[in-house]
Amino acid sequence: MTDTLLSPMSLLAELTHRCPLQCPYCSNPLALEPRRNELTTAEWISVLDQAAEMGVLQVHFSGGEPMSRPDLPELVRHAVGLGLYTNLITSGVLLNEKTFPVLVEAGLDHVQLSFQDIDTANAEHVGGMKGAQARKLEAARLIAADGMPLTLNFVIYRENAARVPQMLDAAVEMGARRVEIAHTQYYGWGLANRDALMPTPAQLELTTQAVEAARVKYAGRLTIDYVTPDYYADRPKPCMGGWGRRFINISPSGRVLPCHAAETIPNVTFPDVRHDTLAWIWRESPLFTMFRGTDWMPQPCRSCDQREKDWGGCRCQALALAGDAAATDPVCSRAPDHDRIVKVLETLPAEPPPFRYRRYTRATDEVG
Amino acid sequence: MTASLAEDSIIRFARGVRLQHDRVRERWIIQAPERAFIPDPVAAEVLKLVDGTRTLGQIVAELASRFAAPVDVIGRDVHVMITDLINRQVLVA
Repeated sequence: MTDTLLSPMSLLAELTHRCPLQCPYCSNPLALEPRRNELTTAEWISVLDQAAEMGVLQVHFSGGEPMSRPDLPELVRHAVGLGLYTNLITSGVLLNEKTFPVLVEAGLDHVQLSFQDIDTANAEHVGGMKGAQARKLEAARLIAADGMPLTLNFVIYRENAARVPQMLDAAVEMGARRVEIAHTQYYGWGLANRDALMPTPAQLELTTQAVEAARVKYAGRLTIDYVTPDYYADRPKPCMGGWGRRFINISPSGRVLPCHAAETIPNVTFPDVRHDTLAWIWRESPLFTMFRGTDWMPQPCRSCDQREKDWGGCRCQALALAGDAAATDPVCSRAPDHDRIVKVLETLPAEPPPFRYRRYTRATDEVG
Repeated sequence: MTASLAEDSIIRFARGVRLQHDRVRERWIIQAPERAFIPDPVAAEVLKLVDGTRTLGQIVAELASRFAAPVDVIGRDVHVMITDLINRQVLVA
């Protein structure tokens, strides 16, 4: 295994699950971490030191809303000192003329700013926060005025899919250099809200056309990352570039995961930075080795010519849809369980049901 | 969208983009928003000369002298490469 073991490239640091927004497609797990379990500043600093030592190049400070953590500027400054490329993934509702200059001064390289929609009423319906859109627009203005590179992130779903052309125009007007037009991925909250979020094939086709048109119109000015809903694909996505190959996710309480949905995987111990070193976890922990490479693969993956391209697709999706994390991703048309995907798409309700919002459970009174 | 490149254009990295040596993998990388990519060895030599003060002409002259190659040949290649990197939002002129 050591011969083929790569060094991780990228660290997603989920500093907290606290967030002022309640998006029903949130990538956080259904069981949100209370504040009292969060890693301390010193623990995060140790994580950054270890990550840089192992060859991580970029650290993405995410959440929840990472700006809920008062120590964010200190963590950014430390990461910059280690030569890590620092990216802030934020809703922008806490980014203002007081908080942003501190991050600039700390050496932050880049901001990815999320929008729920370009239409204010629907954006605030989906995010569950009145007044959020104005704050986000102000955040974008401050970032562009500073000159720091800005990526806008739009998650696409049934209700906003028709407005992709306006989103792309708005990205240019806001001074963004990159934009992500990312269809919802159906794990956790997104899976729980799948009937409300899944676009129709016609909607998907229109968003694809809008992206292709904007790539021509804004060539050299705007880079567009386009992520399609894999339910409509024939082949699965190479989830995280392969399990334990490039990517490390660290949860607010320090659990180390190959992807942000991996806590759904049963019958395995989740390693954490409070008990083990990041290097050992990456190299040897049962969680990181269980689906690394191709040895674990069942048929049809094992003899498939795509096995080192898509790495069998997504383990969490195999678990969620086929009931087995070691199955071929049902998205693949060659998968034994592919009919489950077909059935989901055939039985989408004509009228979307109401959202199940991402909220802390009653037992947790620490949202803030 | 590409501004025409002149000999006296000062070449800089776009804000948020840099050339960095990756000690663990022992190679040069371009760090950019949400991605890192590997320049080929020739591109790395060019990018090492991008310091925010050198002009295109100075970069070409430096390379020509360093590799004992004709200025017009080097100049054409570097022009193409830098134009491409400007279009990819890595460099600005």
